[in-house]
Amino acid sequence: MWNLQGNVQTKGYRDGTRIRALLTSNEAIAEAVRIAKPEVIAAYPITPQSPIVEKIAEMIARGELNASFVRVESEHSAMAVIHGAATAGARVFTATSSHGLAYMYEMCWWIAGSRLPAVMAVATRSIGAPWNIHGDHTDIVLLRDAGWIIGMAETAQEAFDMTLQAFFVSEEVNIPFAVGIDAFTMSHTAEVVEIWNPKIPERRQAYRVLPTDRFAVNAVTMGKARMKARYDLAVDLENSAKIIEKSDAEFGNHGGLVEKYRLEDADYAVVMMGGWCGDAKDAIDMLRGEGYKIGLLRLRFLRPFPRKAVKELGGEVLVVDKGNSDIRGVLGIEVSSCGIEAKNVVAGIGGVDVGVEDFCKIFKNFVEGRIGLEWYL
Amino acid sequence: MILPGNTSCQGCPISLAMRCLDEIENPVLVIPAGCSTVVAGLHPNSAMKIPVVHVPFASTNAVACGLKEAYKRLGIEANVIAWMGDGAADIGFATLSASAARRDDIITVVVDNEAYMNTGTQASLSTFWKAKTTTSPLGKRDEKRNLALIMIAHRADYVATATVGYVEDLRRKFRKAGKLKGFRFIHIHCPCPPGWRFPSEKTIEIARRAVASGAWALFEYYNGKLRFSGVGRRYVDKKNRIPLADYLRSQGRFEHLSDEEVKELENAIEKEWEIIRKFSND
Repeated sequence: MWNLQGNVQTKGYRDGTRIRALLTSNEAIAEAVRIAKPEVIAAYPITPQSPIVEKIAEMIARGELNASFVRVESEHSAMAVIHGAATAGARVFTATSSHGLAYMYEMCWWIAGSRLPAVMAVATRSIGAPWNIHGDHTDIVLLRDAGWIIGMAETAQEAFDMTLQAFFVSEEVNIPFAVGIDAFTMSHTAEVVEIWNPKIPERRQAYRVLPTDRFAVNAVTMGKARMKARYDLAVDLENSAKIIEKSDAEFGNHGGLVEKYRLEDADYAVVMMGGWCGDAKDAIDMLRGEGYKIGLLRLRFLRPFPRKAVKELGGEVLVVDKGNSDIRGVLGIEVSSCGIEAKNVVAGIGGVDVGVEDFCKIFKNFVEGRIGLEWYL
Repeated sequence: MILPGNTSCQGCPISLAMRCLDEIENPVLVIPAGCSTVVAGLHPNSAMKIPVVHVPFASTNAVACGLKEAYKRLGIEANVIAWMGDGAADIGFATLSASAARRDDIITVVVDNEAYMNTGTQASLSTFWKAKTTTSPLGKRDEKRNLALIMIAHRADYVATATVGYVEDLRRKFRKAGKLKGFRFIHIHCPCPPGWRFPSEKTIEIARRAVASGAWALFEYYNGKLRFSGVGRRYVDKKNRIPLADYLRSQGRFEHLSDEEVKELENAIEKEWEIIRKFSND
């Protein structure tokens, strides 16, 4: 086993063999980027994403990745640079967190509305005020309405696999793809990752702009043109579910839009997303040992939203959220929109630690009917 | 480069400057929100005979940088032109500064009509001292920013000021910028009939009065040297200039000025020239 990020050698996985390495999710994403070979990368540092782009900058400096790295003055410009590069036909990547995502928000809409394939890693972190550098999902849920595919990994392995899948899917459906990992508990925590080299086709995209062209892209629209573009994006985003499901086996077999954990005979289902699902699974194992019939539906994607899997849930449903809209959690609202009357707990905002014991407590309260809508403070 | 029948106002200086784009080979225009967005044509039409990438306000230079980086990697010859008004230069100032500091291999053109005209003549950082706009109804009291000098301070590869009043000079500067590499910046003075409130047939006349009165300096910065250029050389010397009042009094935006205030503006312009001269090798 390789035990250091910088030492993951290129020769191993290039010829199809697999290498096991000890990597943080940040490093796992950087490794996946090296394999996907984007041509233009632009980024502005922000904790806890910075190690991703630092690693990539090192790879380029060492000649391991042949790409332009544009050092911009803001996240708005980071997204704008990859927007421009994608418009010209280059494979592109960026990464951000929290305030960075908020700052580039306008451009997130533009790259999606322009139907340009792009991949962005989001090390999910709380948005101020007050200042907080720790993890929750209040940043990545911002992307919900922008027209992005939004994935949320649970492990470094999944972060690696999902990043590679992101390049494939994004270029297949002409929709940008965000890969979420939890701040620190994933971004800065090392796990064993199997590094391998799946086949990703050459860059494809619906259109690009060349100097020989004579057309204007994204000129001012009147009437139905804008609405039609928005509708097409919504339909294609919905249909991207099929591509995600179909390509799942090629990218690590993680279950497609969702992972179902001990749900088969469950009378009680918990719905969650992100790294803390690992702790939730431990809690479920313990409660199963005590005779509770409980399971977990882990949402691997927030967009396209796994409505079918949610609708199929039988029995009582609890949603545990790491990001809220009003008093309700964002996933709570999403799950409720599927016609399910779900209980909802908001927890872990600003990196407040929620461990296995906490989950045991929350889940027991849920099973015993003591939870409606509450914040775990 | 721009088709007749486009949506510009009568006497529009921007469409005049756009005509000169045929001096630049393999152009790809990047246009943020502003008058140029509308002049370039409404979907599904385009008034431009060259490709246009419309983008949000503050992103212009970064999108242009991304396009150029990609073209380079894909082996495609292109002169990517970030074409913006003074409004986009305001809101995208950090983007512009970073682009200049990176020496992005692009041309940046600022068509400066000294206010946010497309949204109805609100004051910008380029708005002339004391000019009336819809957000400075008593006349602007803030400073006027000199973008070209700021670009020189970034050690840009080429910086020029130009005016639609002297199109041959403007064309020469476009031609020169198109043949060079690196970060190239051209700041074009664009008198705006509805915004400045003068008759639409007077655009060229007002533009020339700006140069003749010293209100707009024409210069070029190249190879580390600033040189006064074109007809503008004549007006470096104050004694050759026409009275500033001849320029100001021909525009509605200055109709409120007292003679004393015109004097104040003369002083402001003198101070501006002192700064420009410090950069100059002439």
